[in-house]
Amino acid sequence: MWLGIDVGSDIALANAVGREILAQGLEDRDFIDRATSGFDAYAEWVDRFTLDYAETITGVPADAIRQFAFEYATAPTAQLCWTLGITEHHNATDNVLALINLALLTGHVGRWGSGLVPIRGQNNVQGGGDMGALPNKLPGFQDVEDDDVRGKFEASWGAGIPTPAGWHLSLMFEAMERGDLRALYVIGENPAQAEADVTRARRLLGELDLLVVQDIFLTRTARMADIVFPAAAAWAETEGTVTNSERRVQRVRRALIPPGEARDDIAILSDLAARMGHNWGSPTAEELWDELRSLSPIHAGMSYRRLEEHRGLQWPCLDEQDPGSPFLHGRLWADDPADRGRPAPFSPVEYVPPVDELTDEFPIRLTTGRRLDSYNTGVQSGGYTSPKRHRESLDLDPDDADRLGVADGDRVRVVSRRGAVEAPVRVVGGLRPGLAFMTFHFPDQVDVNTLTIDAWDPKSGTAEFKATAIRVEKVG
Amino acid sequence: MDLHLLAEAPTDAERLAVDAVLGEPESARDGGRHRTAAEAHIAYGGASARARRRELLPALHALQDAVGWISRGGLNYVCRRLTIPPAEAYGVATFYHLLATDEPAAAVAYVCDDIACRGRGAEHLAAGLEDALGPAGTGPGATWKPSPCLGRCEAAPAAYVHVAGDPPMRRSLAPVEARAVLDALERLPVDVSPAASAPQVEAGAADLRLLRRVGRVDPASLESYRRHGGYAALAWAAELGPEQVIAELESSRLMGRGGAAFPTGVKWRAVAEAADGPRYVICNADESEPGTFKDRLLMERDPFAVVEAMTIAGLAVGAEQGYLYVRGEYPQAEEILAGAIDQARAAGLLGEVALDGGFEFDIEIRRGAGAYICGEETALFNSIEGYRGEPRQKPPFPTEAGLFGRPTLVNNVETLSNVLDIVLEGGSAYAGLGTEASTGTKLFCLSGDVSTPGVYEFAFGVTLGEVLDAAGGVQGDLAAVLVGGAAGSFVGPDRLDVPLTFEGARAAGISLGSGVVMPFNTGTDFADITRRIAEFFRDESCGQCVPCRVGAVRQEEALERLTGGGSAEAEISLIDDIARAMRDASICGLGQTASGAIQSAIALGLLNGRPS
Repeated sequence: MWLGIDVGSDIALANAVGREILAQGLEDRDFIDRATSGFDAYAEWVDRFTLDYAETITGVPADAIRQFAFEYATAPTAQLCWTLGITEHHNATDNVLALINLALLTGHVGRWGSGLVPIRGQNNVQGGGDMGALPNKLPGFQDVEDDDVRGKFEASWGAGIPTPAGWHLSLMFEAMERGDLRALYVIGENPAQAEADVTRARRLLGELDLLVVQDIFLTRTARMADIVFPAAAAWAETEGTVTNSERRVQRVRRALIPPGEARDDIAILSDLAARMGHNWGSPTAEELWDELRSLSPIHAGMSYRRLEEHRGLQWPCLDEQDPGSPFLHGRLWADDPADRGRPAPFSPVEYVPPVDELTDEFPIRLTTGRRLDSYNTGVQSGGYTSPKRHRESLDLDPDDADRLGVADGDRVRVVSRRGAVEAPVRVVGGLRPGLAFMTFHFPDQVDVNTLTIDAWDPKSGTAEFKATAIRVEKVG
Repeated sequence: MDLHLLAEAPTDAERLAVDAVLGEPESARDGGRHRTAAEAHIAYGGASARARRRELLPALHALQDAVGWISRGGLNYVCRRLTIPPAEAYGVATFYHLLATDEPAAAVAYVCDDIACRGRGAEHLAAGLEDALGPAGTGPGATWKPSPCLGRCEAAPAAYVHVAGDPPMRRSLAPVEARAVLDALERLPVDVSPAASAPQVEAGAADLRLLRRVGRVDPASLESYRRHGGYAALAWAAELGPEQVIAELESSRLMGRGGAAFPTGVKWRAVAEAADGPRYVICNADESEPGTFKDRLLMERDPFAVVEAMTIAGLAVGAEQGYLYVRGEYPQAEEILAGAIDQARAAGLLGEVALDGGFEFDIEIRRGAGAYICGEETALFNSIEGYRGEPRQKPPFPTEAGLFGRPTLVNNVETLSNVLDIVLEGGSAYAGLGTEASTGTKLFCLSGDVSTPGVYEFAFGVTLGEVLDAAGGVQGDLAAVLVGGAAGSFVGPDRLDVPLTFEGARAAGISLGSGVVMPFNTGTDFADITRRIAEFFRDESCGQCVPCRVGAVRQEEALERLTGGGSAEAEISLIDDIARAMRDASICGLGQTASGAIQSAIALGLLNGRPS
């Protein structure tokens, strides 16, 4: 069953589904009583999200929502999986909380086959978080503001760790705007083409005192940098591990010698440290991994030997006897309240429409995303050909194309409140009137992110890439 | 390389044909002409759409029947309706001989040039059609194509005519001359050929069992079938209950008649006791082994017996759905069975069966589309499910994970037909017939250089020579008998005392297979016959596993060189090598048996007079 909601109406849908599950009496009362908190407030909160109201907001027929609520609640196992359509919104965290509420309501969490699954867009997005590439976490998702945790790391590293928590990407750009952030070291990112409202992003990057970029390609951001470190490709030219969407840590082995002056990230960072007066030696990937295991309890049982033997292990994996964890939050089902631990809270959340409003001046909703054979700004995928790839286009519904008087292949000007780009039209079947689509794969051809809005979620720091208001003008 | 989705749209006729099978589309997303307001916000896909995959082959048949081919537009439409990637559906369409994908084939005569029709008018028939229509497979209008065995061996030469349109016309014709085929291609009336013959019936033999009703019962009348004792077995089976029916089957020691000779009772019990339902019953009527036509006879002349036996199987193993998979070249049998099923359903003998407490069982006919391999049970599952008819790895065995991954009972038509007597007279009485290890009676398909070809029934124990004598003896001097079909082997005239039992055949190093007994006289060009067999296996290999895909080609090449005067020592040793690899390493029986006939012909010195 596919529910085609209008962009940004996720919370209205989720709350209505929650209300409908309650109306049909399909909630898991035992689970709610034993393992959750805040249920009454949630039930009261979602009461005004009737099916009819949700139909008005989401566009999805009330009957379909009712059917979905029934199917989800009565399925023996069910997972809620999501990608950036949920998280690239100004209320990203609320979107996720609205989904968590549904899992708590039905007990579809903490059990084999059920759960909440953010699907990662790359093989090692999860691994970046595992390793502490987050402003508020040390490796193993340990809170940087927890004195005991910080003490443990400081003792091991022989160095102080600054507090409070650092800035995420959106806050960094705000700090650049204020002049508080003057130097930036970018590893494996291309913000000069990937950021929302990219014109502003480029201006801020250009105004830095120092920009250092470490990447496997000379990206648009790298071309702006003062210093560029050519890096080795992590999936073929270095040793190490990756962690996939199901928290499975897997070994990566070097198959190729990196070309030219490209070097392993570990070597670049170690040499840089040495120049700054800290001798880290020349650690191997396995030595660093073992250091991580000594500091991150959830990774402690994952020696290279065991990772190879088991062909990957899922964290938490607390010691060398631990088989790993196929799913999380199983504690919520424990009989003993002590094992069950802190109840999982319901979080009533409000529906708030996308920031970039649709008006007569900007009547069409543009959403962006990827196509099968290209990746993000094209850094990793632009270098090879694909028989299915076509250049950037503005994908329009046939009804919209008719109304605008444009045909397949016509060039149009796409205008948002922040900028404008030109692109050819492609009339496609998968959309609906009022909804348009572009990728961001070809920023050198069509700089789509000059259109997008940098309104971002204060809790996650993610910008609302998915919901831009545009108008379409014929060119010539 | 340029991959792109094809934009071709279906014609009105193609839409109509597909919609007749799949129902009207619900939205433009589903292939409809107009968008609905709701479809922008709601669609059904996933599991419910994937479950419709089983409708793919019927939809492709509908296109072939209506417009004579699977055009790109038609294929696109079917794919949109069923949520199948076009490349996958194209893979299925190109798998079958009877589906055209390159150009329309609106009126086609498939002319049998296989081993039984060869030398018995097939060449003359082909020449006549070539004169009138041009070379095989050409021309925008009516055309003709050579075909593997059409199962009309007793009445050579044979042709199967398919004329697309509304309604389509499908006819199996034998014996037939070029003039009649040309008339059929133009939809002119032709004398419909008689059903398969059973010379013993025509001679008034009294002790026939499987053929008991043949020639006496009206195949179009349930009433007539009942008058001849029909449906007594089902009533009795319902009274006995599933457990007792299976027990009787076990004590009958009935062995499968499809070629593998597996104990039928063991199979039934395994399916009945399998844990995960739903269970399925499949009647394998994809009779394609060259030289075989016994199942066609049963289906055309005693169809209710097949339906009744399947219903007993459904009752016994606890299945609610049966599939009757009939080869596409048997239009008359399909039509007669469809009539029988309709009448049985109307009479409460299918669907909600109102016997002894009542149970549910229904039968759907599935039409094959020209693929010998689909007679292999797991390939047959894939074909019904809408995939290429490629055999699956075993285990898991069908009794555990068969059709749609569920416990499935697959029996051949002849095997099922035995069930009626076993239920009525009891397993041990049945086991008193035949020999200790081969109980009951067996149908033999006599064709080739024999005086009175047709289907013969004998209690197990009869020798090869006795069977030939019963059919009026060999025409001319006997050179060899092909026993078991293309997948069987040649037996020399010095071994006519071989008993045609499972154990007797095994001791003699041969296989009864599907019961083919095809004698050839000394005037036979065995080089030509064996090359046709090699060509058959090369063409029918599904291509999935390497030993068979490559081996069948290499075998044909080596045989070509051998019969063309190449080095006997080198080629025979190569053929033996290939045979060993195919026997040891092929996934299914096709590759494992593809060399038997050729090796036995070499061993008998039938090729160029060279004994090995």
